[in-house]
Amino acid sequence: MTDSTESTDGAEGLPQLPQLDSPRRRVPPTGAKRPWQTGTVTEVRQETPHARTFRVQLAEWQPHLPGQNYLVRLTAPDGYRAQRSYSAASPPEDPGVVELTVDRLPDGEVSGYLHEHVGVGDPLEVRGPFGGWFVWRGDRPALLVGGGSGVVPLACVLRSRAARLAGGRESAPVHLVAAARTRAELFYADELTGPFAQDTTVVLSREDVATGGRPAGRLRAEDLLPHAERLGALAGGEDGADVFLCGSTPFTTAAERLLQEVGVPADAIRVERFGPS
Amino acid sequence: MISDGFSGRRGRDPRLPPGQYDVGGSFPVLTAEATPNVTQETWTFRVDGEVETPTTWDWAGVHALPGSAYEGDIHCVTTWSKLGTSFSGVSLDVLLEQVGVRPSATHVLAWASSGYTTNLPLADVTGGRAWLVWEHEGQPLSTEHGGPVRMLVPHLYFWKSTKWVAGLRLLDHDEPGFWERNGYHERGEPWAEQRYAGD
Repeated sequence: MTDSTESTDGAEGLPQLPQLDSPRRRVPPTGAKRPWQTGTVTEVRQETPHARTFRVQLAEWQPHLPGQNYLVRLTAPDGYRAQRSYSAASPPEDPGVVELTVDRLPDGEVSGYLHEHVGVGDPLEVRGPFGGWFVWRGDRPALLVGGGSGVVPLACVLRSRAARLAGGRESAPVHLVAAARTRAELFYADELTGPFAQDTTVVLSREDVATGGRPAGRLRAEDLLPHAERLGALAGGEDGADVFLCGSTPFTTAAERLLQEVGVPADAIRVERFGPS
Repeated sequence: MISDGFSGRRGRDPRLPPGQYDVGGSFPVLTAEATPNVTQETWTFRVDGEVETPTTWDWAGVHALPGSAYEGDIHCVTTWSKLGTSFSGVSLDVLLEQVGVRPSATHVLAWASSGYTTNLPLADVTGGRAWLVWEHEGQPLSTEHGGPVRMLVPHLYFWKSTKWVAGLRLLDHDEPGFWERNGYHERGEPWAEQRYAGD
C-alpha cells in the first residue's frame, strides 16, 4: 500500500514511508499470550504418501483465522526441544480441535517423529494460533495459490467458507489454484475435486488432469488469469481481491512472477514460504 | 512434557539458542510479500528523522565507505539457525556518524521499498552490531535473500534484518514495524526466545 495517506511515524515534514499493510487493517489478537498446552490426538489420516493429518483436541482452544498456524513442540528426556509451525487445516467452525497436516520431510526431525510415533490417544504439545498477515477473514474476495503442502492453509479457507455459507453467513468469493506433481500427491484431492471442485483449479506438473484435461505442466498464466480477473485481483488496493500464495521457495518465486505478469499488483500478494532455498 | 520416543538430532551445537535447529549449508527464504525488483542501479538508502543531515546513499556511495564484515551465526524466528556464515558490507555506525544522530533519537524504523518495516532500539543498531550488507559468503547477495543490499542485525531474530532495505528513520519514540504489528515480539532476542509479543 505504497500510496497510503496516513503517516507511518507521525513525524512532520518527512517523506511518507511505503506500507506493506494498511495501518487501518485489523490484526488478530495473535500477540496475546498463547501458552503451551497438551492436546490429545483423536484421529490420524493419511492424505498423500508423505502427508498425514493429526486431529488434536484442545482444552484451551481459541478460534483461529484461516491461514494461522500452531507450533508443535517435542521434548527429549534430556530437556532438548524442537518446535515447528504447521498451518491449521481445520476451519474455526470446527470448535475445540485443530487439524494439522504434516508433510514428512527427508530427515525431518519433527515431521519424522510425528509420522512414526504419534497416533490416536497420544498427547501432543502445541501453542497457538499465531499469524497476523497471512489470514483470511471472510470479508474480501481472495485468489488462493498453493503448491504441495502450501495448500493446507488455503484448504482451511475453503472449509471455513463452506461452513459459513452452510450456517447462513455471508462470505466473499474465493478460488483455489492447487498445485502438486501428481494427483496422488495433491493434498485433500478428493475434497478439492469433489465438494470444492467449483472453487478449485487443479494444476499437476507431471500428469494431465483427469477432469477438464489440463495437460501436465507447471503453473501457467492461464491457470491464474481468469480467476484473478473474475475475483478482482487485478484491481489492487482496498477494492481489489487479495492473493494468498503459499508453497516452497521455487514455487512461490515462479508464482509471484506469473501473478505479476498477468497484472496482479505486487501489493495485493501475500506470501508464505517454507523450506530451504 | 517428555515426548515418548523423541531424542532429537545428535551433535547439538552450543551456538544454537533454545528451540533453534542447525539448517546446515542451506539458507531458507522467508518473505511476507512479493520479491521487489531492486537492482544495483536503482537501489538507494536514506537515513532521516532525528538526524542533523538526512542523507541518501546509492550503490557507489556505500561502496566508497570503509568496509566491514560479519562472521558468525544468524537465527530465524521460524526456528532455523545458520551457523558460521559471513556477510560483508558497511557498519551502520559509519552511516550514522555521517548523518549526526540527534540526542533525541531513541529508536529506528528500518524500511524496504516493498513497504516492509521493522523497529529497533537505536542501541541495537550501533556499537558494531548492525550492518548494510551486499555480499554473503563471498558472493553478491541474491535478490531472494534481500539483495542488492539488506540490513544485518545478527544478534536479533532475522526478521529484524530487513531485506531490500531502503532506509532508516530515526525516531524519538518506539513504533512497531510490520511483524511487530502482526504478533511478533518487539525486540526478538534469540537467547531469550522472544518470538511472539508477550514472550
